[in-house]
Amino acid sequence: MQFLKNILDNLRPNFEEGGKLEKYYKGFEALETFAFTPGHTSHKGAHIRDAIDLKRTMFLVVIAMVPALLFGMWNTGHQYYLSIGELTGLGEGLMEKFIFGAIRVLPIVVVSYAVGLGIEFAIAIKNNHSVNEGYLVSGMLIPLVLPSEIPLWMVAVATAFAVIIGKEVFGGTGMNILNPALTARAFLFFAYPTKMSGNAVWIPQESGMAGVDGYTGETLLSQAYNAPVGAEFGGVAYDAAGQQYGSLADTMWASFWGWIPGSIGETSVFAILIGAAILIFTGIGSWRIMLSFLVGGLTMSMIFNAWGANAFMSVHPLQQLMMGSFMFGMVFMATDPVSAAQTTTGKWIYGFLAGFLGIMIRVFNPAYPEGIMMAILFMNVMAPLIDHYVVEANINRRLKRVKVAA
Amino acid sequence: MLDLVNIFVKGIFIENMIFAYFLGMCSYLAVSKTVKTGVGLGFAVIFVLGITVPVNYLIENYVLKEGALIWLDDSFATIDLSFLSFIMFIAVIASMVQLVEMAVEKFAPALYGALGIFLPLIAVNCSILGGALFMQERQYSTIAEATSFGLGSGVGWFLAIVAIAAIREKIKYSNIPPALRGLGITFIITGLMGVAFMAFMGIEL
Repeated sequence: MQFLKNILDNLRPNFEEGGKLEKYYKGFEALETFAFTPGHTSHKGAHIRDAIDLKRTMFLVVIAMVPALLFGMWNTGHQYYLSIGELTGLGEGLMEKFIFGAIRVLPIVVVSYAVGLGIEFAIAIKNNHSVNEGYLVSGMLIPLVLPSEIPLWMVAVATAFAVIIGKEVFGGTGMNILNPALTARAFLFFAYPTKMSGNAVWIPQESGMAGVDGYTGETLLSQAYNAPVGAEFGGVAYDAAGQQYGSLADTMWASFWGWIPGSIGETSVFAILIGAAILIFTGIGSWRIMLSFLVGGLTMSMIFNAWGANAFMSVHPLQQLMMGSFMFGMVFMATDPVSAAQTTTGKWIYGFLAGFLGIMIRVFNPAYPEGIMMAILFMNVMAPLIDHYVVEANINRRLKRVKVAA
Repeated sequence: MLDLVNIFVKGIFIENMIFAYFLGMCSYLAVSKTVKTGVGLGFAVIFVLGITVPVNYLIENYVLKEGALIWLDDSFATIDLSFLSFIMFIAVIASMVQLVEMAVEKFAPALYGALGIFLPLIAVNCSILGGALFMQERQYSTIAEATSFGLGSGVGWFLAIVAIAAIREKIKYSNIPPALRGLGITFIITGLMGVAFMAFMGIEL
């Protein structure tokens, strides 16, 4: 640590007023405060002394995402080895699978961070304001919601779109109306649908390998969607030997641990729940939103269960919640403090409707394999309205109290 | 009955006037600075759409369409007055808007002041005429269907304008790049909201 500090202290004069690189001071400052707490404090007004600041907050969220990321790497490798019929056991070849997955996943993470932070730094230096740390989280969320086969240039384009149109035009971190990671995903989904949905994108393929041609992995969602009318959806997940599970319990188990095809970070409910525990324990993610989101999704699934017009509707509610990106959206996307509702009552309404609509779009809309992303985006748009009416109701209630007293 | 609900819901979410067809943008962009005026104009649009679409439906089916005048005399069976539909629809809409204007001026003078020129301009609001023309094009079979389509479209427009008004109130003090302040950022928000509303596109009811 001292070593790092020495380097930074040596560099500092270059960036301070009168130094050669004065223009880039904001960039330097951002890197410096990333490692050390800055020495200066606010100059005027009342302020609270606390160890936590925006940078630490964001970093805790990134830590909460690490289990999902690591599991995603392993799962990417696992799906690949399943497709070529080697090392099919869950316990077999842990390192091979992990390394294979890391080679696939890390470039996406690197591109997302490089493009996003590059734009943030450039804008901050141009406008001479300090670099905001908001991108630390978005930069990690974006790779986690993409399929591992996504071309890197698409990641770069989507990231640039999300950061510039989704965030910077509104004035930067904390001002955006839509969640930037979801903006990036929606952009890709509508601009390049063939790379974001269908059956071919979920299994990593080695170019030039004949053995994997035509091997596709359906996600559980598309299986459920395509299940014949009247059939009992048991779900079909692939077990250790590449065989298909039949029973509901097996499928649920597989989607709980997450060795199923899907976006990089969304498959494992277990890894996501670890993240949820970290977020709730540190008080960064709103448990109100998570709980009401869960209740909303459960309610809708139960309504569909009672309706039961097709196989997808009669999927067991718990299975419905563990498939696709429901859990991921609940823990990491809906709880985004900027784009979610701000008031306490608003959070309950916001979460409930997002979960409710998510399941509804997933089942009703034949155009989309998954509805959680769109439901959260839709509720992002509606969140200010919810807040407005919650505040309004509050004002009216208090006014009434005043009148009674008077 | 289920049909009517379907048409109503479709008008709100799936075939939203603003986000699916981008109709009625002028007053949507201009009057969405605060939620309060947005709500006022939104209700006015719901009312006007809810009245004019069924009235125009009657005119379309009993006056304008080919053979519509048959209820007067059998010899009218070949008469086709549909070239008059624009002018007839607009006349109905303009008179309805006059009615709304008088009602608002009488009962909510503050709102009347806030809406300003945009209240009479509902008469030339493209979403209203658009509602009538969609009704004509889709050939709803009963007046109830036409009414629920009109009301649904109106509620969809209402939802759009109050949602963007709430967002614009929220970003009032944001540090938006100077060149984009005002209309520029509003267009960007509208685009992003359109992306979010695509959640419902493709749902078949």
